[in-house]
Amino acid sequence: MTDRPLKVLIAKPGLDGHDRGAKVLARGLRDEGFEVVYTGLRQTPEMVATAALQEDVDVVGLSILSGAHLTLVPKICRLLREASMDDVLVTVGGIIPDDDIPTLTEAGVAAVFGPGTTIGSVGEFFRANARHRD
Amino acid sequence: MVPPDGRPADMAAPDESASPRDGRDADEAGQAPALTAAALDGDRRSLARLLTAVENRTAIAEAAMRRLYPLAGRAHIVGITGPPGSGKSTLVAALTSVARAAGRSVGVIAVDPSSPITGGALLGDRVRMQLHAGDRDVFIRSMAARGHAGGLASTSSAAAAVMDAVGFDLILIETVGTGQSEVEVAAAADTTVVLEAPEMGDEVQAIKAGLLEVADLVVVNKGDRPGAQRTASQLRAMLVAAPRAGTRGTASAEGVSRPVERPRPKQPVVLVTTAATGDGVPELLAALDAHRSGATAGSTPAARRSRAEAQVWAIVAQRERERLASDLLRPTRDAILDEVAEHRLDPYTAADRLLETLTREGPR
Repeated sequence: MTDRPLKVLIAKPGLDGHDRGAKVLARGLRDEGFEVVYTGLRQTPEMVATAALQEDVDVVGLSILSGAHLTLVPKICRLLREASMDDVLVTVGGIIPDDDIPTLTEAGVAAVFGPGTTIGSVGEFFRANARHRD
Repeated sequence: MVPPDGRPADMAAPDESASPRDGRDADEAGQAPALTAAALDGDRRSLARLLTAVENRTAIAEAAMRRLYPLAGRAHIVGITGPPGSGKSTLVAALTSVARAAGRSVGVIAVDPSSPITGGALLGDRVRMQLHAGDRDVFIRSMAARGHAGGLASTSSAAAAVMDAVGFDLILIETVGTGQSEVEVAAAADTTVVLEAPEMGDEVQAIKAGLLEVADLVVVNKGDRPGAQRTASQLRAMLVAAPRAGTRGTASAEGVSRPVERPRPKQPVVLVTTAATGDGVPELLAALDAHRSGATAGSTPAARRSRAEAQVWAIVAQRERERLASDLLRPTRDAILDEVAEHRLDPYTAADRLLETLTREGPR
């Protein structure tokens, strides 16, 4: 079922204004053949969940460099579950201390991509782990 | 499962689409009634999934459309087109706010181009549409054009019909950034808005054939920039001055035979907006409403008829391509295409032969 591109939401929740990484990733995933919805900066968890729902994405990629991941990410995961989007793959990128990864995994995050991750490996992970529906 | 419209590879790579479809189609179509009922009930997740089905042209979409299409036709469908960076997304966001303040629900379909190389796409229109996240009467959906030329995705009209059927009052279809000739949106919309940025060019640009001819409203956006008013005046002068009267067949009395009722370009209203601040946007909504009520009295049946024609023809063409692509015809097809590739047969004769073969021995 490779006949349609996977759809990915790249979102920047929270207040940090550094979206170069998110933009580079969005562009790189485009080149990997994904349909990438980019939300722009300063998204509330509600905005991210709304966008994921309306766009019916297969993957949500959250970019966070502010240190607020332990607050924002579990909330987004909960909102997605409440909207019965528990089949959506949630991943996080940015500056995330190793010690926090288990908490995020617990909250429902499938993978955390730190500095140095290649775009190719992110794409590969998405392809291998996103649900294929329809 | 079905390759998007307009890809030259359609005929060359038919394998996946042919045989294993049927079982899966039946499974899928089985989900359609529940999904459709939930979407009609106001469930936004089901609406989102229906739109995905429409985009992917699955059996769910076909089954759902049978139920939904008769319910559509009530919304005001507005097409918004113009060059990249002219402010389409910002204007859509501003229009959404004004329409919401007037109590109308708004569906947005925002199309961005797909890569011709990887098939990927960067859908960035939501960046400008951040205000309405908590509002369930606003539904924004990005679509990749998936290789379809003309400014829209091949399924954009069908997606608009789904939003229409579930009850959105105003549906804004934002095209990819367009140049001079992507006029397809005019067939998809009741009212077509063409955006221009200030200093878009001299008067000659305004009298060229193409995009501006299909505009019901021309909007010079970024009205706070120098030259906006002058651009608007130039557009008004060049677009509105076109002679229009006397084209009906009244000429027989003079004994001269003049053409009767030739198709005429539209006579657009020219407005100036600053979408980023909201200036001029209430006036734009009023102009949209005026166009719609005028059109309902006069020309909407024609616009809807041409939309119907465009939709049905697209499906007929797609079905024919699918039939031509079936495995059953493969040997004949390959032989004919080889002959054309080697210049032993011309493409016209080849097409005639393929169509004959289809009639004779193709799948039903």
